[in-house]
Amino acid sequence: MKKHGSEIAMEEDKPKITRLTDGAGSDIEVAGQWRLIWLKFRQNRVALFAGWVIFFFYGVALFCEFLAPTLPTVAQPRLTYAPPQEIGLFIEDETGQRRFQLHVNGYAMTVDPESLRRSFTSDPANIIPIGFFVRGEAYDMWGLIPMDRHLIGPLDPSDQMNLLGTDKLGRDMLTRLIYGARVSMSIGLIGVISSLIIGTVLGALSGYFGGWVDLAVQRLIEIISAMPTIPLWLGFAAAIPLTWSPLQVYFIITLIVSLLAWTSLAREVRGRFLSLRREDFVTAAKLDGSSTGRVIFRHILPSLTSHILAVTTLAIPTMIVAETALSFLGIGLKPPVVSWGVLLQDAQNIRTISSAPWLLIWPSLAVISVVLAFNFLGDGLRDAADPYDS
Amino acid sequence: MTDTYIHPIKDTDATPVLTVKNLSVDFHLRTHILHAVRKVSFALHKGKTMALVGESGSGKSVTTRAIMRLLDKEARQTSGEITLHGDDGDIRITDLDPKGKAIRQIRGRRIALIFQEPMSSLSPVHTIGSQIGEALRLHRGLSKREAMDETVKLLEQVEIKDPAAMAKRYTFEFSGGMRQRAMIAMALACDPDVLIADEPTTALDVTTQAEVMDLLKRLQEHRGMALLLITHDLGLVAEVADEVAVMRFGRLVERGPIDDIFHNPQTAYAKKLLASTMRLERPSELRDRRDRTSDPAVLSVRGLCKSFGVTNWRGQEIHAVRAVKDASFDLYPGESLGIVGESGSGKTTLGRMILRVIEPTAGEIGYRETDGRVSDVAAMDKPELAKFHRDVRLIFQDPFASLNPRMTIKQIIAEPLVVNGVMQGVELEARVGELLELVGMDRGAMERYPHAFSGGQRQRFSIARSLALNPRIIIADEATSALDVSIRAQILDLLIELQKKLNLSFLFIAHDISVVRYFCDRVLVMHHGRIVEQGDAETVCTAPKEPYTKALLSAVPNPDPRDKRMVHRTKFVAEEV
Amino acid sequence: MLSYIIQRLFLMIPTMIGISIISFAIIQLPPGDYLTSVLAAMADSDVNFSDEQIAKMRANYGLDEPMIMQYVKWIWGIVSRGDFGYSFEWNRPVSELIWERMGSTLSISLLSLLFVWAVSLPIGIYSAVNRHSLGDHIATFFGFLGLAIPNFILALTLMYVSFKYFGQSVGGLYSPEFAEQPMSWAKFVDLLKHVWVPVVVIGTAGTAALIRILRANLTDELNKPYVLTARAKGLPEHTAILRYPVRVALNPFVSAIGWVLPQLISGITITAIVLNLPTAGPLLLRSLIAQDMYLAGSFILLMGMLTLIGMLLSDILLALLDPRIRFH
Repeated sequence: MKKHGSEIAMEEDKPKITRLTDGAGSDIEVAGQWRLIWLKFRQNRVALFAGWVIFFFYGVALFCEFLAPTLPTVAQPRLTYAPPQEIGLFIEDETGQRRFQLHVNGYAMTVDPESLRRSFTSDPANIIPIGFFVRGEAYDMWGLIPMDRHLIGPLDPSDQMNLLGTDKLGRDMLTRLIYGARVSMSIGLIGVISSLIIGTVLGALSGYFGGWVDLAVQRLIEIISAMPTIPLWLGFAAAIPLTWSPLQVYFIITLIVSLLAWTSLAREVRGRFLSLRREDFVTAAKLDGSSTGRVIFRHILPSLTSHILAVTTLAIPTMIVAETALSFLGIGLKPPVVSWGVLLQDAQNIRTISSAPWLLIWPSLAVISVVLAFNFLGDGLRDAADPYDS
Repeated sequence: MTDTYIHPIKDTDATPVLTVKNLSVDFHLRTHILHAVRKVSFALHKGKTMALVGESGSGKSVTTRAIMRLLDKEARQTSGEITLHGDDGDIRITDLDPKGKAIRQIRGRRIALIFQEPMSSLSPVHTIGSQIGEALRLHRGLSKREAMDETVKLLEQVEIKDPAAMAKRYTFEFSGGMRQRAMIAMALACDPDVLIADEPTTALDVTTQAEVMDLLKRLQEHRGMALLLITHDLGLVAEVADEVAVMRFGRLVERGPIDDIFHNPQTAYAKKLLASTMRLERPSELRDRRDRTSDPAVLSVRGLCKSFGVTNWRGQEIHAVRAVKDASFDLYPGESLGIVGESGSGKTTLGRMILRVIEPTAGEIGYRETDGRVSDVAAMDKPELAKFHRDVRLIFQDPFASLNPRMTIKQIIAEPLVVNGVMQGVELEARVGELLELVGMDRGAMERYPHAFSGGQRQRFSIARSLALNPRIIIADEATSALDVSIRAQILDLLIELQKKLNLSFLFIAHDISVVRYFCDRVLVMHHGRIVEQGDAETVCTAPKEPYTKALLSAVPNPDPRDKRMVHRTKFVAEEV
Repeated sequence: MLSYIIQRLFLMIPTMIGISIISFAIIQLPPGDYLTSVLAAMADSDVNFSDEQIAKMRANYGLDEPMIMQYVKWIWGIVSRGDFGYSFEWNRPVSELIWERMGSTLSISLLSLLFVWAVSLPIGIYSAVNRHSLGDHIATFFGFLGLAIPNFILALTLMYVSFKYFGQSVGGLYSPEFAEQPMSWAKFVDLLKHVWVPVVVIGTAGTAALIRILRANLTDELNKPYVLTARAKGLPEHTAILRYPVRVALNPFVSAIGWVLPQLISGITITAIVLNLPTAGPLLLRSLIAQDMYLAGSFILLMGMLTLIGMLLSDILLALLDPRIRFH
């Protein structure tokens, strides 16, 4: 637009600049909000990587039946607290030749004569060949399609492969961890959607109308945020009747978690609404004759969505941690449901942890990496959410 | 590229206090290097004032930061030397470590700095006295008590009443002018050789500006300081400067004694800058100056009042601030009526009340419809008001805030047409194109977003939006004050042309008297919510009757060094505050 | 200033009532009441009561009155006599059970708050002043990590690490040999040996959050003109930074009490359960599982009140620190 004639043209018509990188080009001028946000977000490598991590975890949650080597309920009574196995790449056959074959070593069991506790060590003589897309336990993909192929598993279905060890009933940790992803990750998502709805509606009402509506919502937010969350979650969760089905418990836990988490969303939405309501372009829209609905949905909400997205992303890890904590304490989800919190429930006392540390390590790592990834992603989104401030 | 044009300096007896030679500063940003200052040279002399003039982004402020060695992390000084001359020899400032002791001995003691925004340049959580006293204790080694006594003396010198009590107050308890006085007191605490004032009065009203500049001038003369005044306001320069340096995009374009620059500018840019300033010193020639007051008024406001209640925490009203008191005036078809006043005079509230963006407390707003019927805007219901809003449109001050950044130019301009269901599709696009051409923009702008355009161009879109529904009245609220002076005249000319073409009436709200004189037929002067004077613009601006108007006008700097108006201004003593 | 405090106190009242309603709701939430579970247990051991007897017991416990009356009675009991109701499980008044537990909860929370402040202040200032330096990146990374690790996982990990590598058990507040002894210097030293674990566990998330907030705020403040004024005055760099922007950026630090305290109390609840500390947490969990609701509700009420008092204190401190708030 520099060629426009009515702006003064002089010897120099702009400050002198030396470009260090190739400029993004003139398409910036016709780039809408989401493209600008993406261009800004893209520069944040950590957030981008975190995005991929989250994508990966949701992928695992979606295809857990196929990805897991077996079923989470399959117990191996002879293999309780068996340690993780390592994957070997080459085996030597009788002639002493090395050839490529993925495998794990079977277990050798010793029994402590005094405590009668069994312990397992790796037995190099017992080679269990493993492979991809093997037949194993039959399952219904998404509860619909009967299948029996698993991404990875022992070639002979009667062999044991426990890459991350087993729990107190000899169930495969890797399988349970993968199934746990489905429950834990989805609780975060469903929880955040319900708190998003509550938060946005109340926040927008309170921000747009102000007055006593605002006052009432503000008090409510204040009360809820003054309460320490865990005791309150405990209080609500303890009231869930023991007779309820796992699915009912799942939904009520989601609801409890989101009931307390909407406040930060509502605050954000309200604050943005309040400041946007006073923006000149909103006044201009009103004077243009736009109805209240049009002002909100066409002029204010588009400026909010990116911020809401960022805050939402930052709220998901809170939900995941909440579920994990409640289940860990034994008043959230309960077996036979498999979630990361339920898995951690087995790692409650120091004796179990010290003899089978994998019960603590793997679910914890899963929780921490997901929470970390969501935080990095949310932070990146928040920084990119307003591409218009200088 | 041309070098600086330097006018010869006639009186060579002045001793230089500070010389800047070949200064260049680069800013290393993520994607590019901005050459913010390029080969700038000048000297400051004892007891003299040098004005560094330029529009926004010209590198004026960066130059001052370089002198203090207070550049940001991203900034690199790539060439040049700055020397401070004194009785005990010269100091090459550019050789000093920016965090070292030597430069700290100079900062505040030999070179002092005053900024534009006195609110944010003083700490909000320390008392004024402690902030001034700090410099005294630091450089003059005074004890806490001595520093306090000295601070009170300084505050007295900058003409703050009851200095002992005021020293114990916080920044937010001071008015804008008082804060700037306190800032001056702090800068002068250690009797510096050089005072750098970076836009010291830009945030202040004209009358306050006149007082602060007057004080600064007197203190400078009394102490024999060199003053480096950074400003974009050529009027102010003409009033106070001895020498002028014009900057543009980091380069010093032209430099010389004040009279030469104003009456014999050599470079194209200096000429252009002066021309656009001088152009606003008289009524526009484009205007068709006809008396329209005999026609029936399109808008007649009678006894309009607004009071904002101030409530305590229990919701009880303590007292009411009366923002507008009993305003009555008429707006005639095809005329431009200016509303002039300083901040807090109620002019913006008055404008918003006419549109009922702010609800009036009392009074009538008579609007004469095209069929001659007169209806009271203050009593309109929603549908009537919506119809009224199609005829009476608003242009905002800040073109960056008034256009939704998330909508294309086409969507923005078409919005009033769409929501009022006037047209759609191809017809709509044609109309938007037509409007864009009307405001002197290319049709190609349609699909772009506001961020692709400069302030002046954005203001044109804002005008196009206001014209979309064929309005009869446009309320322009400080529509040109956010723009650089060269753009300002262009936008005003555009508005005059549109007025002639479309027979519009303008209600032009402004604090800048020269703009009103250039643009308006008649003018209202507001003070403390009351209309104190109204009449023909030229008459009010040249021969005001009311004492307040006289004081206001005499405080406006005159961009002619041969006729210093502000220095000989008349003061106005308010009967009520 | 006094009127400001009174005003704050008035504003607290609706919030207080709200918190008490929530606590009472939690008491009432489980299906049936305490009597139902007692009767069920009795029925298991073949002890049966007639309807008349049951009704009498109901009246005894005040369970036959309408909900609002029960709430009013409960609150009135607390306000007038410090009577929080009766713990059916322990067969003792609730007030006998809670105070000691609340005391240790409060002490550990306060210790954690001090820990949070002491660690986050220097790191936050360093990070803001040396933005994008190596130290800043390290601090930022650990900050994120601290925020991401849930309290109980951190507690379990610390327990595992100290058990495995130092052969030391870190649960509880005292070693077994001191547990029953009266307070002495040796016991105090033993306490210090134990108390750092919960303090670090609970404080980590708050520290991480506060570092980030301080860094963001201070970065904003560092770009304000008044910092330039301070430098232009000739102040040394550290004085210019510490006396001006840091002073202003301290505001969120103080107001942090308001939101860090609920976090800390929340954190200590679950951490105490993992580490088996004699605080409110384990007892609360136990009472909830046993549906001993007056005890549970009282804990929740007191924890809410505690954070409310924390908020009040932070408001008052803020007003002392910042004249802009004080003078409004």
